Amino acid sequence: MPVPGSGPGDGPAPGGGAGPGGAGAGPARRARRRLTGSALAAVGIGVLVLSIAIAITIGPADLAVSDVFGIVGQHLGLGDAGVTRIRDGIVWDLRLPRTLLAAICGAGLAICGAIMQSLLRNPLADPFVLGISSGASTGAVLVVVLGIGGGIVGLSGGAFIGAVVAFTVVLLLAAGAGSTPDRVVLAGVAATQLFSALTSFIVTSSADAEQTRGVLFWLLGSLGGAGWNDVALCGAVCLVGLVVCLAVAPALDAFAFGEDAAASLGIPVRWIRLLLLVVTALITATLVSAAGAIGFVGLVLPHAARAVVGPGHRVLLPTTALIGAIFLVWVDTVARTVFDPQELPVGVVTALVGVPAFAVILYRRKGPA
Amino acid sequence: MSLQARDVSWGVGGRTIVDGVTLDVRPGATLGLLGPNGSGKSSLLRLLAGVRRPSSGSVLLDGRDLGTLRRREVARRVAVVEQHATTEVDLRVLDVVRLGRIPHRTAWGPEGTGDREAVTLALERTGLTGAEERSWHTLSGGERQRVHIARALAQEPQELLLDEPTNHLDVHHQLELLALVRRLPVTSVVALHDLNLAAMFCDHLVVLAAGRVVATGTPTEVLTPELIADVYRVRAVVTHDGPGGVPAVRFEPGLPVTTPVTAQARPV
Repeated sequence: MPVPGSGPGDGPAPGGGAGPGGAGAGPARRARRRLTGSALAAVGIGVLVLSIAIAITIGPADLAVSDVFGIVGQHLGLGDAGVTRIRDGIVWDLRLPRTLLAAICGAGLAICGAIMQSLLRNPLADPFVLGISSGASTGAVLVVVLGIGGGIVGLSGGAFIGAVVAFTVVLLLAAGAGSTPDRVVLAGVAATQLFSALTSFIVTSSADAEQTRGVLFWLLGSLGGAGWNDVALCGAVCLVGLVVCLAVAPALDAFAFGEDAAASLGIPVRWIRLLLLVVTALITATLVSAAGAIGFVGLVLPHAARAVVGPGHRVLLPTTALIGAIFLVWVDTVARTVFDPQELPVGVVTALVGVPAFAVILYRRKGPA
Repeated sequence: MSLQARDVSWGVGGRTIVDGVTLDVRPGATLGLLGPNGSGKSSLLRLLAGVRRPSSGSVLLDGRDLGTLRRREVARRVAVVEQHATTEVDLRVLDVVRLGRIPHRTAWGPEGTGDREAVTLALERTGLTGAEERSWHTLSGGERQRVHIARALAQEPQELLLDEPTNHLDVHHQLELLALVRRLPVTSVVALHDLNLAAMFCDHLVVLAAGRVVATGTPTEVLTPELIADVYRVRAVVTHDGPGGVPAVRFEPGLPVTTPVTAQARPV
């Protein structure tokens, strides 16, 4: 194999550290792209932090961004913020966990969408396609309306169990049909219908008006009850999920031309598909059990991220997470403030934004291919 | 030793698609795989690539059973160019060619100089230097095939398997593409429909019918009117005045006098 030896090489240890420091000798174009990559990351994280801080100040009680940083600093042991206990409580006990949970849900759902779209080779796939959220809803309704679980598993616990059951049903259905991507999607659609019907059946046959209202609100997604427990659990699950997905990012790239192409590039297709389906199902189940069924984030935002950074998953997944986080922080802010003191379910706002975006994707899909 | 199939069978849904195929691919040679639609060419290529596991028999790579090797190891040796592999993803030419480096890269490591050189060389060999930034969706059929070959070359394979790479290409691009494959310093197995192209570009031919090998040998040995009548059910006149004295096949209207299908020819 002739090695032309063009260019002086990228420093002495090409396999070394992943830092951007080695960009000196590579082609200029590459170096610039890497720079824009890290610049984008810095800007994205900056915008996210600022969004969270600003979102917290919005609403009744006159707060400034500096108060928010002061209060957070105080709780981290960095001096006294000099604000009243009530304001401290509003920020630290109410709005900060809520806003962080919004960011985590946005990030997690968007990552799940990006992965499922690549894995199932379907630009319209998202976590909800697999019936996971319908299962979660059925579980929650069973607990709330019928009191199953005897108060030991709460609404969240019921939702989580429901999500896992739904996902198992989907995998079994799909496995019986050969587990190809389209079969997985079809199994998901079937499961979604089944569990939606079960939910409606339980609600209409057994719930009173008060329960129905509470359940419906939760079904459409609500970050209202967010506490630090939720933030810790969802944050941990999403972080682990993101790391796992980043570790198999090249495999996701390899799925671009289908499963056989991926296999011929050395990807253990079945194992990767199972791993990623399980990871996305667990992330979705955890998020849905904490915040209800928030739709369209996973469907729309990965496309936005692809438009910004292209299709490579190593960069795409963190970007998708950032955009999802920023998006849901603002959507939740809108949801809790426009009809203040009445709150809109956050899922209503994401759907109002998501449906037009969905239409745009459909129209654009008509173009190529 | 390169790739060998030893009495390989494979089927799906109770139907046998590949039925006891034995073949040897000589290192450095270009092997043509012929046979009518549904004769099992694509399935055999997938078995040779290790993308499917045979239900019986074995595929050997340098004498080692593919089933005992890790997919990644196989992908560093054997590259595949599928028929019409396309994507919904908005990829550039460079993105596609870089996919070929996946079996060589670690999960977290950055792209190394070896990766970049392999990609540059693959683009050069396929005449795609300068087209790196073009979008996949703007490419013609011939260009897409070239990009896939470049991606396969970026894998730095010793064996290259191509499934009807000339399908849907005009005559110029068919010749150009096979000439390119022929020039490459790899062992290749090419499934083809066009008998004249097979005669021009292959050192060796294997003919499949209903999943079985019905003839093997040089183009001159294999491409006879009798075999063509038997396997493809068409009448043909074969002369030996193709480029470099290879057989040239001309088809005639009307059905051949039917002989008992694939009765006489048996695998080696």
